[in-house]
Order: sequence, then structure tokens, then C-alpha cells
Amino acid sequence: MNRRGRKSENMKKSFVKMIAVTLISIFSLLGYAFAQGGELRFCLRTEPKTFDPLKVEDDASGAVRYLTGGVLVRVNRQTQNLEPELAQSWKVSKDGRQISFHVRSGISFSDGTPFTAEDVAYTVQQLMDPALHSPTGDAFRSGTGSVETKVISPTQISIRFPAQVAGLDRLFDQVAILSERSPKKEMAVLGPFMVADYKPGSTLLLKRNPNYWKTDEQGRKLPYLDSIRLDIQPNRDVEILRFKRGELDLINSLDSEYFDKLTATSPQLVHDAGPSLDSEQLWFNEVAKSPIPTYKKNWFRSANFRRAISEAINREDLSRVVFHGHAQPAVGPFSPANKFWFNSRLKPQTYSPDAALKTLQADGFRMENGSLKDKDGNEVVFSIITNAGNKTRERMAVLIQDDLQKIGIHVNVVTLDFPSLIERMTQSFDYEAILLGLTNVDLDPNGEMNVWLSSSENHQWNPSQKAPETSWEAEIDRLMRAQASSSDMKKRKEAFDQVQEIVVDQEPFIFLINKNALSAVSTEVHGAAPVILSPQTFWNAERLTVSAK
Amino acid sequence: MSLSRKLAYAVLALVLCASGAANWLAPAGYARQYREATDAAPSRMHWLGTDEIGRDRFARVLYGTRISLLLAPAAALLSTLLAAFIGGLAGYLGGAWARVAMAVTDLFLSLPWLFLLITARALMPLNVSPVISVLVTFLLLGLLGWTTAARVLCTTAGSLRASDFVRQATAAGVPRQRLFWIHVVPNLRPVLYAQFWISIPVFILSEANLGILGLGVAEPLPSWGSLLKELEGLVSVGEEPWKFVPLILLVVVVTSFQFLLSRQEEVAA
Repeated sequence: MNRRGRKSENMKKSFVKMIAVTLISIFSLLGYAFAQGGELRFCLRTEPKTFDPLKVEDDASGAVRYLTGGVLVRVNRQTQNLEPELAQSWKVSKDGRQISFHVRSGISFSDGTPFTAEDVAYTVQQLMDPALHSPTGDAFRSGTGSVETKVISPTQISIRFPAQVAGLDRLFDQVAILSERSPKKEMAVLGPFMVADYKPGSTLLLKRNPNYWKTDEQGRKLPYLDSIRLDIQPNRDVEILRFKRGELDLINSLDSEYFDKLTATSPQLVHDAGPSLDSEQLWFNEVAKSPIPTYKKNWFRSANFRRAISEAINREDLSRVVFHGHAQPAVGPFSPANKFWFNSRLKPQTYSPDAALKTLQADGFRMENGSLKDKDGNEVVFSIITNAGNKTRERMAVLIQDDLQKIGIHVNVVTLDFPSLIERMTQSFDYEAILLGLTNVDLDPNGEMNVWLSSSENHQWNPSQKAPETSWEAEIDRLMRAQASSSDMKKRKEAFDQVQEIVVDQEPFIFLINKNALSAVSTEVHGAAPVILSPQTFWNAERLTVSAK
Repeated sequence: MSLSRKLAYAVLALVLCASGAANWLAPAGYARQYREATDAAPSRMHWLGTDEIGRDRFARVLYGTRISLLLAPAAALLSTLLAAFIGGLAGYLGGAWARVAMAVTDLFLSLPWLFLLITARALMPLNVSPVISVLVTFLLLGLLGWTTAARVLCTTAGSLRASDFVRQATAAGVPRQRLFWIHVVPNLRPVLYAQFWISIPVFILSEANLGILGLGVAEPLPSWGSLLKELEGLVSVGEEPWKFVPLILLVVVVTSFQFLLSRQEEVAA
């Protein structure tokens, strides 16, 4: 063969190779895009207390409910909008007491039992049964009397509550539908996954629900994953090490310290979704019958005193030093992450020890030899309690201790075990100030009725008041009830905006920071889009895929 | 004196001197927060870097050593005196006295002290200054740490009671009280010394354990316990070896005490 012939043959070979490589690439890309199967692995920090979706009150059980339960409507964790799921459409009556659902037909539970509107009626009756004590059902209990369910047809149902339930449709995001007829009871599910194996203290294995009704835009059945393995691992250090070794695919919630460590070595794995709904706050004991000295009660019940403390705390430093910048100074009761309900007129508190001292002087406080004294000559000393073992809160308390020392206030930081702290907070009221956090899972302010109503047991700074002890608390009561009894979202928003303004002005809670939603996701996981709402990383679990291991 | 003992004395003397001169060696103090330099690596300004809220780790080690190293011997002295009184007297009196005292000691040993300490902390007044809190912590350790030493002393005093010189003194008509103070207690002294030296590292470690649990010494006061808490984050340990300094110091000090202890045990024998 001459040189020209050899060259031509080489060219042919190269062309064939090029075609082959291109085809392989295309097929592998297609294979990646349509990858199905595989197992997603991550950790639950505690044992799930129940598999009954109506009895869920802990995070681990909540995660299992989210992955296995089928709901009528779902709050899209990314857009925060309500979207249809098992219900094709729904309608809330003008008085906010009744909701009608038109549910999908031709759907079956994981064990093959058909799903009808009868199952929705059964679930609601179970949910509202006082004997069950369902924490999910508590949100629907707005008045005395029974709930009426009326099945109009196998696909239509109306539910009437004894009193108006504000934000009624969104509450169904948490209600996983049970089967009335299935012998498997709560283990028959309508969600994308079902419980396949459970080894207490070790592992929970969820497998794809073969009867799951959803398909993707191309008509392929969801979920893409074959299974999800949930290891029960309370130790966060071990969780991080296992993630780094590739034994886990994601970490749903990361501390800022670990986030930075992972960022240093593997920045492609970590995600900061921005401020979450969670807040950290400080409050003073304003309970009249508490066993603390009267002069201290007078300090704590003074709005000027609380405002001064708020002005003297450097929130930027709390965010930067304690949370490594993965937190935002809090503005008020609701985080800016709550797109609809946050009052955008509120401005962040400015750090100013000088302004704080001026505010205190208005109440008769004065500085003497570097110590602040009240008008009767009592030195301003108080303790801040927080729960032992929570490193971030302990650090926050030490920073606040240092900040307040600058205006002559001496703070004693006390860390207590959680039961002792709760006992002092709710039973003996033997405390001066508490630093704790509030985990918000509900976007609607109705989820916090038990915090803001002065008659509530969870009105932490002064709970269970027979009648509001201050005019501003009376106003908050009125506004919270007004927003809860209206189905007009604009009016509700206006009322809750006023509540936020009163809280920021009176500072019964001194809101400090809103933590960012931090998570880590392996590069093997495709389709993940971490968000601020729980569950941050696996909210779209049915559309996640995992590369073959 | 062996070389190891000389070295132990030298190490302890150096550590004591350094902690005593903390005000001079680290004039900024243990509580000052350098918020612009948090979790910093060692530098000319911060020899052992800074902690997570920007406090100078070298200053905190010096002040923490002062606290742990001064109060642990005080607590050890208290527990040894209690052990001498309860164990020594019970062993000397013997019979029902010894049985009752040892039953009480066994009861003390079997109590879940960790939970009791957590409860005790929860019951304490909240507005206690850090200095008072550290004193209370070591007082509690001293009041609770006598049991093991009491058992040893009870046995030793029991054997002394049966010894020839005590029998001879009893036969000669020496009153029991005089016999106890003049003849028995001096013979218990070597055991008491040994128990005292054993207790010091035990209390240092106990305080460190309490500190890790969030009990004990209150912020911003440092102690070895609070300094060791920094080692909780396993992920960071390999990357920041200077955080090991408090642990190394604890090991060195406890080891030095052990060398001194072996000397005391020889004396006791």
C-alpha cells in the first residue's frame, strides 16, 4: 500500500474513532440525563418516633413523612407557593370554615388499595380525633365542635370545620393521606417512597413506591431513585467524616463551622441557601409572680431597658464571629426569607452602645465607676441562661456578655441542661434572661398564635395571662385574632405587619440573627437544589438521581 | 532523687511560675475578644492563636492553668481530710462503726454523680460570679471525692488497730482518743500523702470532664476543661495542631504528678 493509501486508511480510522467517541459521549450524556435507579444515603440525627404521619412531632419522623406520605396539596419549597398533588383543585369558602377538594382518580396506595375521597374523609376524622392527640391536627383546631366531612363522589369531598381556620389550604401540606381500607394501615402510602426495612438504632430503608402516581414531563415514572437509605447517626462529627469519605450523599443541615471546613476542601459540595426561617432570640422574664427581685422585674418590664439591650448588642459580630457570616442580623419576628409575611418596612437594629446608654438614662440609669446602676443605686447585673452543649448559643452569650460590659452591665452566662432550663422557663419562672432559638416550619403566622397570644402558655416572656397586662400585648392579641379570622390575605398581611412593628418597638423578644440554611450535597447527586424550607436538600427527592457507584 | 522526679518537679515549677506570671506574660487578659482575628493561627501577637471568638489562647491557657492547678490541690486536701476522718476513724473503731461507714461509702460510690452534679448546678442560684462558680465546682469535687480514699484508709487503720504496738498501748491504759491521735494518725500519714497526690490529677480531669459537659467554670473564666472543649470538633484537629496545647499540658502535668506520686508510694511502703 502506498503512502496515500495508508493516509486515507488512517483518516478513515480516525473518522470512525471520532464517530464512536461522539456516539459514546451522546449515549453517556443521554444515560446521565435519564439516569434512573440508585440509592440516596443520608443521616437522620434521631430515631423516628413514629411512622404514623398523624402523630409526627419530631424532625426524623417528619422527614419520613415527607418522603413517604402523599398529600392533597404541597407547598413548593422553592417558590413557597401551594401546588396541587393528590387534589387536582380545591376551594376554600369565604368564611374560611370549609374546604372542598377534587381529588385525582385511578391512584393506588403502595399496597395496591385504590385511593378515593373516602380515604381523605377517614384521614381528616382520624386527624381531628381528640383521643389521637395529633400535633398536626392541633393546627386545625380553631374552635370547639366536630369536623364534618362530606364525600360527594369518589373524587369530591368537602370538609367543614367548627370555626374559621386561617391559611386552611396550606395546612394540608402536612397531612399525609391514610388508607381507610388497607390492612397495612399507615404503612400503605401514597408518597414516592415506602418503608421497606427498619433496624432501630441503625438504618431505615425506603424503597420506590411502585404505585406512585406521578410522572415527569417526558412521561417517565417518578421517583427516579430505587431507594433511600437513612442511617440513624446523632453524632455530627461522624456524619461529616462519613460524608467526606463518600459514604453519605448529603447533609441536610450543617453548622457554620463545619460548612467552612468543607468549603476549604470541597467548595463544590456545600450550599448556602441564604437566611432561613429560624431565628435566635433573647428575652427577659416579665412574669409578675416570678421569684426574682422587684427592682429587676422593673428593669425587665421597661421597654426602654429592653430597647437599650437590643441597641447594645452587635448583631453583625454575632453573625460574623459565631456563624462565620452564615447568618443575617434579625430584623423582627419573621425572617426576610418568608417572602410573603415579612414586613419589609422594618429596618435592622443599629448597633450603638452610646444610643443604648442614652435610652437607659431616660429610665434613670447612670454609670458609676464603669458599672451601670439604676435610679435606686442597684448595680445592673443579670444572668443569661442557655442550653448546655449548644456551642453557637454559648458563643453568642459570651459575645453579648462582652457587648453589655461596654455599657456597664455585668452578665453571668449560665449553661443548663435542657430539662432544667425548660422547668425554669415554664414552671418556676426562676430566671432573668434566656437565649434560645425558634425553629419555624410554618410560613403562616397562625403557626405562631401560641407564641403571640398573651393567654398562651408559650407566650414565653409572660405566659398564661388572664388578661393582657400591657396595652401593646392587648393590641397584639387583637391583631393576631383579626388576621386569624379573616380569609382576605391582604387584610391578614396588614394585621400581621402591625404585629411585627409592635414587637420590634417593644422588644419582648430581642431578635438577634436568622441563621442561613446550610447543607452539603455530593456531586454524585443530580437534580439537587437546596432551599431554605425544610427539608432543605431532599424536598424534590422524587426527581433526584444518583450516579452509579 | 531520680532524674524523672527532678524533671517532674522542674516541669511543675515551670508551669506554676508561668501561670503565676500570667498577668505579665499575657497582659491583655483571658477575656478580651479580638473579633477581627477569630480562630487565628499562632502569630507573634497570639502565640497559640485565638479561639473561636477571638480570645488569646495563650492567655487562656495560662489563666486556666492557674485555676486548675491551684484549686485541684485544695479540693484534694479537702477530700483527703474527709477520707482520713471517715475512713480512718471507722477503721480504728472497727466492728459496727466500720461496717456502717463502709456501707455509706459504698452508697456514695454507687450514686450517679454526673446526674447529681447536673442537678446541683441547676439548683444553684443563677447570678453567681465566675469565681464563685469555680470555687463551688472544686468544693463539690472535694466533698464528693473522698470515698475511694476512705476505703483505703479504713483498711489501713483496721490493720493498725490489730497491730502489736496499739495492743500494747491499749493494755498500758492509753485512752482511745489519745491512742488515735498520737499513735494511729501519724502511721496513716504516708497513705494520706499518697491519696492526696492521687486526687490532684483525678480532680483536674474531673473538672475537665465537667467543663466539656458545660458545667463547672463559668464564662469567661478559662479552665483546662473549657480549653479542652475546643477539641470536640474532630474534623479540625489534624489541621490545627496548636489546639492540642492544653491537652499536652494536661498530660504533662498529670504525668509529673504521677512521678511524684510514685515517690510518695515508696515512702508509704
